[in-house]
Amino acid sequence: MLDIRNLTVKKAKELLDKKEIEPKDLVDASYARIGAVDDKIEAFNTVLSIEEINTQLNKISDGALYGIPYSLKDNICTKDILTTCSSKILYNYKPPFDATVEIKLKNAGGIMMGKTNMDEFAMGSSNENSAFKNTKNPWDLSRVPGGSSGGPAASVASGEVLFALGSDTGGSIREPAALCGIVGLKPTYGLVSRYGLIAFGSSLDQIGPLTKTVEDSAIVLGEITGHDQRDSTSATAEKIDYTKCLSGDIKGKKIAMPRQFFAKDLNAEIKESIMAAIRKLESMGAIVEEVDVSFVDYVVSTYYIISSAEAASNLARFDGVRYGLRANDTNGLVDMYIKTRSEGFGKEVKRRIMLGNYVLSSGYYDAYYLKALKARTVIKNEFEQIFKNYDVIVSPTYISTAFEFGAKSASPMEMYLSDIYTVPVNIAGLPAISIPCGLDKQGLPIGMQLIGKPFGETDILNIAHAYEIESGNGNVMPFVEGVDR
Amino acid sequence: MNFETVIGLEVHVELKTKTKIFCSCKNEFGGDQNENICPVCIGLPGTLPVLNEKVIEYAIKAGLALNCDIQLISRMDRKNYYYPDLPKAYQISQYELPICLGGHVDIVVNGQIKRVGITRIHIEEDAGKLVHDPYSDGTIVDYNRGGVPLIEIVTEPDLRTAEEVRVFMETLRAMLLYVEVSDCKMQEGSMRCDINLSLREQGTEKLGTRSEMKNVNSFRAAVRAVEYEQYRQKDMLENGETVIQETRRWDDEIGKSYAMRSKEEAHDYRYFPDPDLVPIVLEQKTVDDIKANMPELPNAKKKRYVDELALPEYDADIITSSKTLAAFFDACLKTYNKPKTVSNWIMGDILRMLKEQEIDTEDFAMDASEFALLLTMVDENKINQAAAKKVLEEMYKNGGKAVDIVQAKGLSQISDESFILDIIKKIIEENPQPVADYKNGNKKAVAFFVGQVMKQSKGKANPKVVNELLNKELDS
Repeated sequence: MLDIRNLTVKKAKELLDKKEIEPKDLVDASYARIGAVDDKIEAFNTVLSIEEINTQLNKISDGALYGIPYSLKDNICTKDILTTCSSKILYNYKPPFDATVEIKLKNAGGIMMGKTNMDEFAMGSSNENSAFKNTKNPWDLSRVPGGSSGGPAASVASGEVLFALGSDTGGSIREPAALCGIVGLKPTYGLVSRYGLIAFGSSLDQIGPLTKTVEDSAIVLGEITGHDQRDSTSATAEKIDYTKCLSGDIKGKKIAMPRQFFAKDLNAEIKESIMAAIRKLESMGAIVEEVDVSFVDYVVSTYYIISSAEAASNLARFDGVRYGLRANDTNGLVDMYIKTRSEGFGKEVKRRIMLGNYVLSSGYYDAYYLKALKARTVIKNEFEQIFKNYDVIVSPTYISTAFEFGAKSASPMEMYLSDIYTVPVNIAGLPAISIPCGLDKQGLPIGMQLIGKPFGETDILNIAHAYEIESGNGNVMPFVEGVDR
Repeated sequence: MNFETVIGLEVHVELKTKTKIFCSCKNEFGGDQNENICPVCIGLPGTLPVLNEKVIEYAIKAGLALNCDIQLISRMDRKNYYYPDLPKAYQISQYELPICLGGHVDIVVNGQIKRVGITRIHIEEDAGKLVHDPYSDGTIVDYNRGGVPLIEIVTEPDLRTAEEVRVFMETLRAMLLYVEVSDCKMQEGSMRCDINLSLREQGTEKLGTRSEMKNVNSFRAAVRAVEYEQYRQKDMLENGETVIQETRRWDDEIGKSYAMRSKEEAHDYRYFPDPDLVPIVLEQKTVDDIKANMPELPNAKKKRYVDELALPEYDADIITSSKTLAAFFDACLKTYNKPKTVSNWIMGDILRMLKEQEIDTEDFAMDASEFALLLTMVDENKINQAAAKKVLEEMYKNGGKAVDIVQAKGLSQISDESFILDIIKKIIEENPQPVADYKNGNKKAVAFFVGQVMKQSKGKANPKVVNELLNKELDS
């Protein structure tokens, strides 16, 4: 059977083009790999049946992703297929429609293998907030895969599928990509339709690809962008073939390095690894300069106020009236609401709902929510200033490599503060990519983040791709314990 | 102590766009339960709203009709609260930046013009409806109405009496019907009002504590609710009690209102800008274009009727107070150019007929060109007034052409002098006493003879000819 552990979308396309393989070979290999590793990795909430996959094969479209198996994060709606957000409150929910991205992937010929695990409603950085299972990091099964798109990231890193789509509200694609040693791209807000993505923070959420290489990221991104009439916030930008911007030439590209992102809190090994990557970029002709950013002290607070306010409102609809969980033995409407939501939501989700309602409530609105909106404008302006002189910004993706289960779950604040490098990007609506830039001493992957200007995916993909080729860090996939080693 | 009543209204009006406010479901009253719904208007997770541009246009039209400033930048907000008829658990509405600000409506009460200030008009979505299900003895939710576009018109506290409230509501309805943004049917819920009412000592400025009354579903209910609430608050104040700020529910069947929730129990709606929708940014040109294409409004129409068509102010006022009547009037004049005659018929027989049959003037429907033909026949002495009234009633009831009805009912007027003379002679012969009365100077006795002739001729005799001949015969 075809070994898909190190197979990329690009390579699979070549094999298909040369008629060396057929879509069915890819799907069989994916299915077999899921069968072999998923009881260890637990990336999937739902694996489609052979019949469901065959149905897709029978009506496969001839597009850029012809025959390519992928997984979708379990907050992306799929018609008649469970879409749970890894929450008890949606344990049985099957949407009557496909998300726009799913329609686009199908039209491009992709084959969806199943729905992957996540932190409940995309709230978390470790996947430990899933109501169903703990997805494991394929590099070390005792460690978290990151989150909230931990399932999608692990499904790619363990070789189960060739790519996955995740969602990123404050780093939920980039952080798990960094911790799983793969490439995660969060597009510019509005570039990819949110229709069918179960909302967390509507003004921050974006769907994006998780892949083994930057080139794969460019291929998949090109298939999911485009204006969608069903999403008012969807950009009307022209469709781009992102693979065409991967020139490998980054001479004269100006890269900003925010001094405050490399301060003393940063893990020394990560700092060293990113600095080495930066030197490599310089050696390839890029101009890297230090800049100052003033928002580090309040950006995380700004993020948690805005995202929680939106989440509190977005999650209010899960009330037991129409779909999903409805608690038993209830006495009247209010009691039904209370019991359903008390039983249906996990601790972290409840914490954010309470926080969000608090910052929106009368008497606190101005002090918290309104102030956060103002801070958001300041942060946006600061990025704008930097991008007047620079093409991209470089930073670590996350403050550490993959940590052990339970290591941070006792302290939500610590978990929140760790989002310092990823959340500013969502606040400003910018595109950013996380790419592997080596391993720490324990053999765990480290991620480097490149942030672009609005709709500057071409810049970050080109630089990331050039670096990936030059460094040889692309498509270095782990051997899953108990299966590959 | 004398109290002054201070009333402000919040009027909700459903806009009659073809589709709902955020999806392409049909915007239709009635239909089977949950027939006009889709994932968007039942708020399924993952769906997103897209604002129907017609809603903006209609709101602008309403705003212009009510003399408001149209805001070039406005925004949709979320109003958060839980109820089963609200599937997202928030209503998309406008809070801080509504589309219209600061207008007014002039109403005529007891012959006096009164200006009622409009604070704002904002756009929002309607909720579904809870329906008792007799089979399960439970409650089911019908989301057909969910996502129907609404505007909420908020007045200044400028109204003082139940009568002013009624006239304001009627005037507002007429204006909204004129600009064709709503069908304003209170009984179907497409126009609803909440009444904010407080009392204060006559001559003082400071507003008293108000109550807000909901579930007022007809003009009559509005009048009764105001009267009841006025009385309730007055009674409390006179007994030294304190009126508390609360929301009350009007029960029109019982004729009383009930406390729903106090200020302390009031919802904190946690309004914030809806991140799923972009701000509504208008070009001045868009507003100007809509303004240029606005239909003639009641006041302008009234002025034209008085100035150009020489209608009495009173007639013009009544006819223009109803879009349907005014449209009927205008249509009649296209083929029958005697405004006063048409107006007399509307003011007289048509309004009486509608009143007798308890039909709202806005629901009046008749082929104006046929009615114009009927009036022409009267002018040409083909039928008399009495017969014309019968034709009018028949035309209203069953439709049809005036000529056909006249034929079918044999209502053609008879002007044949010899035929009429025969009848007159016979009646004079059979009624010596009235003849004697007449001869003794009781000229009123003529009426008796006219009545008899009309009766004998089955109402078809030309009254003018009858009078002439009668006078001649009786005087001879």
